[in-house]
Amino acid sequence: MTFTSVPWLELAVGVPLVGGACLARVRDPYMAFRGCLALASISLVCAVAASGGYAWGLTTDGTSTNDLLYKLVGRKVFTVDALSATLVPILALIHLLTAISTSRTKMSRFSFSWLLICQAIRMATFACDGWDLGILLVVGVLPPYLELRWRGRPTGVYVFHMLLFVALLLSGLAAGGEIAVVLLMGAVLVRNGTVPVHVWVTDLFENGSFGGALLYSTPITAMYAALRLVLPLQPSDWILVAIGSASLVTAVYAAGMAIVQTDARRFFAFLFLSHASLVLVGLELHTAISLTGALALWGSVMLSMTGFGLTLRALEGRFGRLSLAEFRGLYASSPALAVSFLLTGLASVGFPGMSGFVAAELLVDGAMGANPFVGLVVVVASALNGVAVMRAYFYLFTGVRYTSGVELGITAGERVAVLTLTALILAGGFYPQAYITSRHHAAQAALGSRNEVTPAVEH
Amino acid sequence: MVDLAQLTATAGTIAIIAPAALVMILGGTSLLGLPLAERAIDRACRGLISIGLLATITVLVLMLVTGDRHIVVDLGNWVSIHPLHSEGGHLPYHFGVKFQFDRLSVPLAILSFTLCGTIAAFATRYLHREPGYNRFFALFSVFLAGMVTASLADTIETLFAGWEMVGLSSALLVAYFHERPGPARNGLRVWIVYRVSDAALLFAAVALHHMTGEGDFDQLMGNQSWPHGRAALTESQALAIGLLLLLAAAGKSALVPFSEWLPRAMEGPTPSSAVFYGALSVHLGAFLLLRLSPLIAVSVWLAVAIVTIGLLTSLYAGLVVAVQTDIKSALSFASLAQVGIIVAEIGLGHWVPFLWYVALAHLLGHACLRTLQFVRAPSLLRDYRELENAIGDRLPRPPGPLAAAPVRIRGWLYRFALERGYLDNFLSEYVARPFVALFLALDRLERRWTRLLNGEKKHTSLPPTPAPQPVASLQTRPEVAESHQ
Repeated sequence: MTFTSVPWLELAVGVPLVGGACLARVRDPYMAFRGCLALASISLVCAVAASGGYAWGLTTDGTSTNDLLYKLVGRKVFTVDALSATLVPILALIHLLTAISTSRTKMSRFSFSWLLICQAIRMATFACDGWDLGILLVVGVLPPYLELRWRGRPTGVYVFHMLLFVALLLSGLAAGGEIAVVLLMGAVLVRNGTVPVHVWVTDLFENGSFGGALLYSTPITAMYAALRLVLPLQPSDWILVAIGSASLVTAVYAAGMAIVQTDARRFFAFLFLSHASLVLVGLELHTAISLTGALALWGSVMLSMTGFGLTLRALEGRFGRLSLAEFRGLYASSPALAVSFLLTGLASVGFPGMSGFVAAELLVDGAMGANPFVGLVVVVASALNGVAVMRAYFYLFTGVRYTSGVELGITAGERVAVLTLTALILAGGFYPQAYITSRHHAAQAALGSRNEVTPAVEH
Repeated sequence: MVDLAQLTATAGTIAIIAPAALVMILGGTSLLGLPLAERAIDRACRGLISIGLLATITVLVLMLVTGDRHIVVDLGNWVSIHPLHSEGGHLPYHFGVKFQFDRLSVPLAILSFTLCGTIAAFATRYLHREPGYNRFFALFSVFLAGMVTASLADTIETLFAGWEMVGLSSALLVAYFHERPGPARNGLRVWIVYRVSDAALLFAAVALHHMTGEGDFDQLMGNQSWPHGRAALTESQALAIGLLLLLAAAGKSALVPFSEWLPRAMEGPTPSSAVFYGALSVHLGAFLLLRLSPLIAVSVWLAVAIVTIGLLTSLYAGLVVAVQTDIKSALSFASLAQVGIIVAEIGLGHWVPFLWYVALAHLLGHACLRTLQFVRAPSLLRDYRELENAIGDRLPRPPGPLAAAPVRIRGWLYRFALERGYLDNFLSEYVARPFVALFLALDRLERRWTRLLNGEKKHTSLPPTPAPQPVASLQTRPEVAESHQ
């Protein structure tokens, strides 16, 4: 058996899928937790191997001659390229870290088998194209819905927006010509939470489990859909300008909303929406520099917002739902979480020395080339996000010291998660060349596919 | 034979690495949950700041020996990408990490190391056994690294990185005594002003990068050492970028209309007030203008704007300082009055370039004086009390500058000074409040829409949100805690 004969990518998707189904029978939460860690770790190793094989030129698309799906359906289903080779391992990592950082008090209520199944769906989504991608995008909207139902929370907002998304997506895939592009872009905007069809994101964070909402949102699946389904259709400039303008408005609007929120979950949801929209702005500019910036920002936002969200989740595990209407004074109880909150929050807004800094610079530079006004708005949104992060920090961690009779410091699992993300964020900040180069290749490929004359979506 | 160029480059690299190493030691150990003991922190600060200072002095001596007035330490490209397709003539992008040692950067770097070293030695005793000792020095190291990076930067992006580090550490140190809401509110207020300043600088940096093809100061100055050189930009380009930089400088140096954050910043511990707002941080805006003096040389309107802002700030601070009743606020406004004059000198350099040297000398001297005054302030108050107790009466007080004003406007001037020029109220009422009100209204609308779609009669989401108390709560006036002076 050689390295290339192992179906790494299928294993990365299949292990959590099968493992998750098996784990559903385990009733002991701690055993389920340990099983989940083992399976998610195996999936991460397989994802790294698949991406490494592609990056080092051992495989052309991360596939193997022993791929089961190839033998079943006679075509390659899961592949990686310059774009997804980085994203698939990041996805596996954030699922693993979310599982690791789940506190013992939450284990009985958190479904680890469900996490693994969702991980498999998302990783499969980020490893396919065309109709396969469309179907997986539709399948991907189900887990949050089911979770809301199980929790007995209202589903109206989510269902309304996801029905709209599915309708636009499927009709866009089925249609041809410019109308297909318009429909697909509409689907992308809904899935990304663009104003005014964004309330499902805040609603999901308010009513769903924080971990589930975090993992559903932070991968910014809409960007992937846009790059895979829309750019190859050679959208007209006016469509790209429209999506860019809507994203710009959302970036500033969500940043402003994040500043005035008094509930930590809604604050996080708006902060995330602002960042996700900034990533989408790169599409409008469609130059290699701006798209490189957008892709680099995408990965950075995935990592930093996951870290930020996990920190908030850890705080919620200790103190319950967090209000930002008063100074909570949590620093003394959890200094390591305070540092983590600050680091991941600042990384998300592109603080120097962190992974988002160069990405934001590239995005603004690309925007300046296209339209100085776009660059200005991106800078304003970034500044507002910075204010929102620090405001939340001050409200959560300063004030009269919170005293507790029990130990509320960071746990070993949380420390592993936070340090891993911090290491990646700082590595991406101090040595960004390798990461930026890989994103640049992906941007070139995406623009190349846009410039090629291709038929509509491959049917 | 010793290769002096190589020796200079090595010394320069050490000067850059020393503060970064301090950040890694103090920040890294804190991050890993293994904070150092007070003695170890003291030694790390003394050792690495001394190494950085000696390295910078070595560079200065070698510059004097060799006669080379512009030495560049190029650490290579942080990022470099080359588009394959020619998209609208988009140039290859590179983000260089370059540092320069010249007549402007070396004095400021030496000043930064000297004052930070002095204040670190002072703070090890002042904050002995304080719960936040480790946190103070971790942030202090970030500040030093930011100051040195900004001072020695040879590209505007590198300068921006240092600028942001200074801003973050400053805001967090204003909120150092974080068990009281006052410092936290003021820290946030300072951060908001800094973000405006950062946004202006970032936009200027990217615009400059875009117009000149790269952000190197060498290119901007036409490969001439400071203060010679003239930006290779048109007058309108220089004015546009220059105004953005003036906005950035105004935020960082508390120039009008952003002056009100300076007394708020005095909530921090005395050592940080001394070195940040009395000496270094408050001068960083002036330094930025000095560094980009080639732009001022190009645009007369930019020079006029800078002189106007500088004089207005000086006049404003000169009036307000006359009615201050606590020593740190009085010192902060006195400091601001001088910063205003320094900025005006920089603007006047458009007509008399020698004034850029004057401004630099003014900046250095003023920073040293203010540091001394801030550090002396707590014991000075005690000495005054002892003196008054000894003589059994109040010490005579000379009449303030308001006494010389005509009677008709004296009352108005007094109110103006007492309200600190109404700047705080203006920003709160006409900027912060409408912003907050708008977004709160939108938030209410969104909640209604969500309830409608969810089919809820009334709000049932968790948790019951208390009455909103967002940025508007920043409108409280700064209360300088005398207990921490």
